[in-house]
Amino acid sequence: MSLITETRPRSPRKASPAFDVWKVREDFPILRREVNGKPLVYLDNAATAQKPQVVIDTLDRFYREENSNVHRGVHFLSQLATEEYEKARLAVQRFLNAAEPREIIFVRGTTEGINLVASSFGRSNVHAGDEILISAMEHHSNIVPWQMLCEEKGAVLRVIPINDAGELRLDELEKLLSSKTRLVALVHLSNALGTLNPVRPIIEMAHRRGIPVLLDGAQAAPHLKVDVRELDCDFYAFSGHKLYGPTGIGVLYGKAALLEAMPPYQGGGEMISSVTFEKTTYNTIPNKFEAGTPHVAGAVGLAAAIDYLSALDRDAVEAYEHDLLSYAAEALRQIAGLRIIGTAREKAGVISFVLEGIHPHDIGTIVDQEGIAIRTGHHCAQPVMDRFGVPATARASLAFYNTKEEIDALVSSLHKVKEVFG
Amino acid sequence: MSDLRDLYQQVILDHQKKPRNFRALPIANRQAEGFNPLCGDKVQLFLKMENGVIQDVGFQGTGCAISTASASMMTESIKGKTPAEAQAIFKKFQDLVTSDPHQEISAPELGKLEVFTGVREFPVRVKCATLAWHTLLAALQGEEKTISTE
Repeated sequence: MSLITETRPRSPRKASPAFDVWKVREDFPILRREVNGKPLVYLDNAATAQKPQVVIDTLDRFYREENSNVHRGVHFLSQLATEEYEKARLAVQRFLNAAEPREIIFVRGTTEGINLVASSFGRSNVHAGDEILISAMEHHSNIVPWQMLCEEKGAVLRVIPINDAGELRLDELEKLLSSKTRLVALVHLSNALGTLNPVRPIIEMAHRRGIPVLLDGAQAAPHLKVDVRELDCDFYAFSGHKLYGPTGIGVLYGKAALLEAMPPYQGGGEMISSVTFEKTTYNTIPNKFEAGTPHVAGAVGLAAAIDYLSALDRDAVEAYEHDLLSYAAEALRQIAGLRIIGTAREKAGVISFVLEGIHPHDIGTIVDQEGIAIRTGHHCAQPVMDRFGVPATARASLAFYNTKEEIDALVSSLHKVKEVFG
Repeated sequence: MSDLRDLYQQVILDHQKKPRNFRALPIANRQAEGFNPLCGDKVQLFLKMENGVIQDVGFQGTGCAISTASASMMTESIKGKTPAEAQAIFKKFQDLVTSDPHQEISAPELGKLEVFTGVREFPVRVKCATLAWHTLLAALQGEEKTISTE
């Protein structure tokens, strides 16, 4: 795994020749368009990533040639759609290196994955006085479901603090883990700060006390090779749309033993094995957690995105992204009055920053005039903004199809921002 | 850059750098808070009502150039006005910033507030320009809760 060390000079390591950014850019049709008369510079990948042609074609082909409901009919198309849908599950299993396909639950996205665990695991395992442990750098989607659970159960939400660089305080974590802790829910890679958390030792620490760990992998899955067995995490959630796949599809991985013991999340079709008005017998996993017609096309499209990614040399992609992030951090730091929020030793994909005296929202509008898409605001992480004493930040988030030329364009547009505000 | 110059006019940048009436008002008898969750902008508005007019006004908070300048210029334009007059100005202001950018428009009755015409080229920024005004309505109606643009 290649990591960013912001305090060190730029890595002399060049991106492997196995990765040609100009060639992969051709796979993403939207990168050819213009915005406000300028070539699109898309630096909002942490919000959602663009889709390669093969994903778009797969969705198109599914609806033109294969569309049908799954696990329902005996007819040809239903069998075909079911086969494609279950093949998608296998693709995700391989992608995460999960032990079994039944450990892969299709959901709408990371948010729904976390809500599923809060609602189902939480309902049966969390009681009054128990504690859920999260961190100070969580996205709202890994805060609010736990707050709702704690409120309902009379449980307590504990928060691992972070230091000024935006790194977890592991010394505090050690103290916060207790016999009352029922679950640790932690972001793998922070969307607001770009901090890559040392999840492996944290999981070990929690497991020594018998506490399961959920990882929010929304940002990590697109940037790092994730191996759930090597991590030994108990739950892992990610979104398809941030992984170059369609919106509306995501994945919750859970260890089979845990998922089997959990009550259903939603009731409906597919999740049952028999229903009478007296009693319903629930289906086995994963179907127990997939009530209703799933997003079949989305799952098939996600599999296409995974196949696309897997066909790239992922080590080379990681090395390239690492190099690009270092280049961007270095270039932005040259701008007088610019402060990077989140300077962890280990980072990936995201640079949050503020410009002295200029509100991020104004930055966003002005760079947009140059065709540059960045995110401005609190990034659904208001507690992080409060921690750093800023109301909002501007955020450039990278994908492997971004180039150094695009970073240069961002830097020059930021100089324009400063001109406007004189 | 021409659209940008329309949006970020000198008057607006001046008010952003030196917001007028930027202070809490201890004698205030009406107060409201506005919040734009999209960008985290916050404005706290204080009114001193006397004899049916807005005798004094102050505001505090954090926000982008458009929301800060809009709040600042609003405080100048409503001082000495009745609630009905202030609401009439807001109505005209809102009509201006939400008007069709392709249509000729002039609103001399808005006075200096006309510099916000450029906002109509940037629909996502309309909320920034109107946050303080929505907060004003809440304060005039005596609502205590935080007003959200969402």
